[in-house]
Amino acid sequence: MQISPDLDRRFRDAAAAGGLLDAAYDLVDSPVGTLLVAATDRGLCRIAYTPDPDALAAALGPRVLRVPSRLAPARRQLDEYFAGERRVFDLPVDLRVPAFQRDVLRELARVPFGALATYGELARRIGKPRAARAVGGALNRNPVPIVLPCHRVVGARGALVGYAGGLDRKRTLLALEGAGTRE
Amino acid sequence: MAIPPFERFYEAHAGEVLGYLTRLLGRQFAEDAWQETFLRALRAYPTLRHGEHLRAWAFTIATRVALDERRRRRPVAGEVPEVPVVDGRPAYAELAVHTGALPRKERAAVVLRYGYDLDYEQIGAALGSSAEAARQAASSGVRRLRRTHADLA
Repeated sequence: MQISPDLDRRFRDAAAAGGLLDAAYDLVDSPVGTLLVAATDRGLCRIAYTPDPDALAAALGPRVLRVPSRLAPARRQLDEYFAGERRVFDLPVDLRVPAFQRDVLRELARVPFGALATYGELARRIGKPRAARAVGGALNRNPVPIVLPCHRVVGARGALVGYAGGLDRKRTLLALEGAGTRE
Repeated sequence: MAIPPFERFYEAHAGEVLGYLTRLLGRQFAEDAWQETFLRALRAYPTLRHGEHLRAWAFTIATRVALDERRRRRPVAGEVPEVPVVDGRPAYAELAVHTGALPRKERAAVVLRYGYDLDYEQIGAALGSSAEAARQAASSGVRRLRRTHADLA
């Protein structure tokens, strides 16, 4: 028996409002592919380039449910960003990462739209100048790419180097921001 | 078997469970019972130890919600909810329209056995009884149907 869209929406909203979910998520189309965007009650917790709820459940717990209303602000801001109408995201983020990675991601959040930083610079800014490689690892496991802009971090000579979502996506994001890179 | 994300559990069973509850309670009460069923499932989901038999588990919760619902509504005695044919089960459709007058446990047993092909172990779990008691409820329900509807015999 078909569930009406209204009944379906009411259930999903009630599940989220009841605080019963490990995470709510939605799928967002973008120029870098379909994104799985997830949030807890505390904030945005995941942006994944593989739109797969199994991976989300493995990371956060099995009670994950698609609840578009919960992700509406994130969807709107992402749409604006990809349309060139937004440079800064204004979304609470629920980071559940080790202390070192949290330091790296906080510093990363300060790299502005259209600018580039190197792994070494980020390492210096968190007071660990020799940790450039570890910074790269922390960025590679960034749970909320795009909003925390690890695509703005490049190698010492300005080469793109690496990106968890693939270099094509990194190139697309930097082009969208008008950032110049050397390859 | 690993426990699937709740989204997959919900997508797999939401429609069928709504059809079942509509048969047991009628359309008017089915939607509330359906939402309650999936909210209860969501609350209990972290206590699951594996991902097996989730379909039967969904029917178990739905049955308990439905029996609670009918208990609450018992003062309206003799009421026979309208039972529309809600999905494409032609062989069952004829039987389904007649189960409205059965006692509630017999009705659930008949619908789960012949409408949704659950085995008696699973139906027993849903009714909070043994497999044997579930078998008796279903066969007593079928006998009652045969008595009142000679055309089904």
